[in-house]
Amino acid sequence: MLDSALSVFKMGRNLARLMEGLGVTLEISCLAVALSIVLGIPIGLLMAGQRPIVKRILRLYLEFIRVMPILVLLFLFYYSLSKIWNINLSAMAVSILVFTLWGAAEMGDLVRAAVTSLPRHQWDSGRALGLTETQVSFYVIIPQAVRRLLPGVINLATRMIKTTPFVFFINLPDLVKVGQQIVEVAGFRNPLASVWVYGFIFIIYFAICYPISLLSRYLERRWPS
Amino acid sequence: MDLDFILAKGPIFLAAAQLTVTVAFFGILLSAVVGLLCAVVKFYRWPVAHRLVSAYIELARNTPLMVQLFFLYFGLPRLGFIWEGQTCAILGLTFLGGGYMAEAFRGGLSAVGKDQVEAGLSIGLNRFQLLRYVIVPQALAVSLPAISATTIFLMKETSVFSIVALPDLMYVAKDLLKEGHSSETNTLLVASYLAVILPISLIFAWLERRLRFAGFGS
Repeated sequence: MLDSALSVFKMGRNLARLMEGLGVTLEISCLAVALSIVLGIPIGLLMAGQRPIVKRILRLYLEFIRVMPILVLLFLFYYSLSKIWNINLSAMAVSILVFTLWGAAEMGDLVRAAVTSLPRHQWDSGRALGLTETQVSFYVIIPQAVRRLLPGVINLATRMIKTTPFVFFINLPDLVKVGQQIVEVAGFRNPLASVWVYGFIFIIYFAICYPISLLSRYLERRWPS
Repeated sequence: MDLDFILAKGPIFLAAAQLTVTVAFFGILLSAVVGLLCAVVKFYRWPVAHRLVSAYIELARNTPLMVQLFFLYFGLPRLGFIWEGQTCAILGLTFLGGGYMAEAFRGGLSAVGKDQVEAGLSIGLNRFQLLRYVIVPQALAVSLPAISATTIFLMKETSVFSIVALPDLMYVAKDLLKEGHSSETNTLLVASYLAVILPISLIFAWLERRLRFAGFGS
């Protein structure tokens, strides 16, 4: 049993290729999460703001993203963008773009919820103590908002990592795609190759996502809102 | 935009949407059953079962559906468990969804106060009656937002079923995209998913408002 498992990973550059696939998966996840956070904060502040038309538009954007499967969005951008607007993006660029569109919408909603859930008197008491507007923001509002935000953001990050295998459909060599290629070749000689390779990928995803979700739960308990 | 193409290919998308809805229906229903059972096991903290259930929930929630499906569809047949695509899709969705539904129900169950349980026991209800008349109705109202989010999430996850060779919406779309007509195909694809998922999202939004109005779940 163990020999059959090891032989799959030792054959050729299989293990190295899986690690390269993991690299692609992590690259998409990290870039998309980082961009989502950066873009999501202003979007969330606008969502919590006073301009009704802007709020309407952002709401519509969020609802569309929530209802549409990410895979459909990947197809839209990968197969239509090039034809309609004559823009040619690589599969990698499309993946990061689509994941960021999704992440920024969700992040925006998290920021909106965190900002609007803070009671008004936090501002008022801050100012009554003689703090300036900036001081209230930095010493009162932001620290509290970040605490409310962090568990949700970490949760969103794991959701994005778990959605990265979708790039398989636009032929990006991520962990799952590489795994499939290896199984296709090794499966001829080793009938159990699919068990070992997909089992290995299953464990890798679990090893990445489980600690992150534990962190999110720990923070939720530590800073109950 | 070629309207004739859209009209000609409409029926194919309709059939594919039906398949998506069928698989999603059974998968989500079974997820809810598995989730509820797991949540009850965790609620009563049954000695060994409660650990097993916790482990299952973590495994289901921290791995992607696609990897679970690949393992089910390409891995397990090698070990003697052979199933066709549709069964596999429903099983995969249930494995994933069961974990999420369990968490959704657990949230609701833990919101039911100890006094409710004690009051129920003191008027002579047995364990089953206590669940049926006291705990579940209250827990359900509290869980509803999480259940609705999970349902929509699972509906969206059904989009990967073409990897187990199911001729679902994505499968049909990918086939047509090879022939060109990308904007028409993508319009049909987006319209189909909107037609499938939007009503569910609206029904849940309505249900959540109703239950809040009734004074539960706040």
